Amino acid sequence: MDQVIKGGTLPRREVVAGLLENRDRMLVVTGLGSASYDVMAAGDHDNNYYLWAAMGSAVTVGFGLAMAQPERPVVVITGDGELMMGLGALASVALKKPANLTIAVLDNGHFGETGMQESHAGRGIAIDQIAASMGFPHTQCITDEADLPDFRDSLETCGGLRLAVLKIKPGNEPRVLPSRDGVHIKNRFRGALGFQPI
Amino acid sequence: MALDQRSSPDWQQNVFDVLKRHDVQHIVYVPDAGHSVAIRMAEADNSIESVVLTTEEEGIGYLAGAWLGGQRGALLLQSSGVGNCINTLALQACARFPLLMVVTMRGEWAEFNGWQNPMGQATEGTLRQMGVMTWKADHPEDVEPLLHGAATMAFNGDSATALLLSQRLIGEKEWIK
Repeated sequence: MDQVIKGGTLPRREVVAGLLENRDRMLVVTGLGSASYDVMAAGDHDNNYYLWAAMGSAVTVGFGLAMAQPERPVVVITGDGELMMGLGALASVALKKPANLTIAVLDNGHFGETGMQESHAGRGIAIDQIAASMGFPHTQCITDEADLPDFRDSLETCGGLRLAVLKIKPGNEPRVLPSRDGVHIKNRFRGALGFQPI
Repeated sequence: MALDQRSSPDWQQNVFDVLKRHDVQHIVYVPDAGHSVAIRMAEADNSIESVVLTTEEEGIGYLAGAWLGGQRGALLLQSSGVGNCINTLALQACARFPLLMVVTMRGEWAEFNGWQNPMGQATEGTLRQMGVMTWKADHPEDVEPLLHGAATMAFNGDSATALLLSQRLIGEKEWIK
């Protein structure tokens, strides 16, 4: 195995805020836990869908959304542990290759929500290499802030299925909690796309 | 008693027709012989996205996402896959997405492989405990009206519904050919 990169040095709140700054057409799905707090800290938005349960489902929710809304860029922002629980979903996504889907994995190498136990990624599993081996056309592992602007620009495009691992600094930021009312967030999200409640 | 799986009984065609009639645009599945006709027709239909999954709970997230994007879908799975879905069903329970499941039963009647029995016997109870409404089709003529009912209540009630296709309907699996 290559050298293990156990998390990194990127500051998660600043990184996520930077990815979402001046957002235009992107639709955002967040995995439960810190990824949701990071996105909420960057500013609540009608085009955000936050998960509070169903660990491992951030990728699949983003997948279905991307397939139903092929003209809109869809960005999944989730943690390495959340993604690994639904690892097979990457294979299902890879077969369809929705060109408007980006998966951004916030990888601190730990299970941050449960006491900072070392995660699979922290022990050597390279999620970007898994995605590459499955046929994702664009994969990258970002350890340096200098690579963030290009990645940020790609998020508003529908330029091909993409997965990026962002090596962030381990540690918990203050919790910034999005609404836990799943029905409210669902109806708000759909309403912003022009769909009425039943 | 054994149904020849190579012939495609009308009820299998009915499954696909009812889904089409309810404007289902996404058919997501883990394969089973009992779903083979619907899967084949979905794959051949350009107005339907057919998505093969590695495990059944992926379908719950996928269909939630499709609904966020304004479209309807259905999940085809085998009874053993219901067990894989349990925790992910919280997503439907808390956000109330329409979720339509069509479940082929194993471990329910005349089962040769006893390893299918534990989950087969627990399938309907598990679904109901997680808030999924269930109906069971034992006869070919039941499939169309019961699936129509399940689809109607899923899509008009933001509800989770499941039609169980019983092992008597599907026919005994031939183990020794």
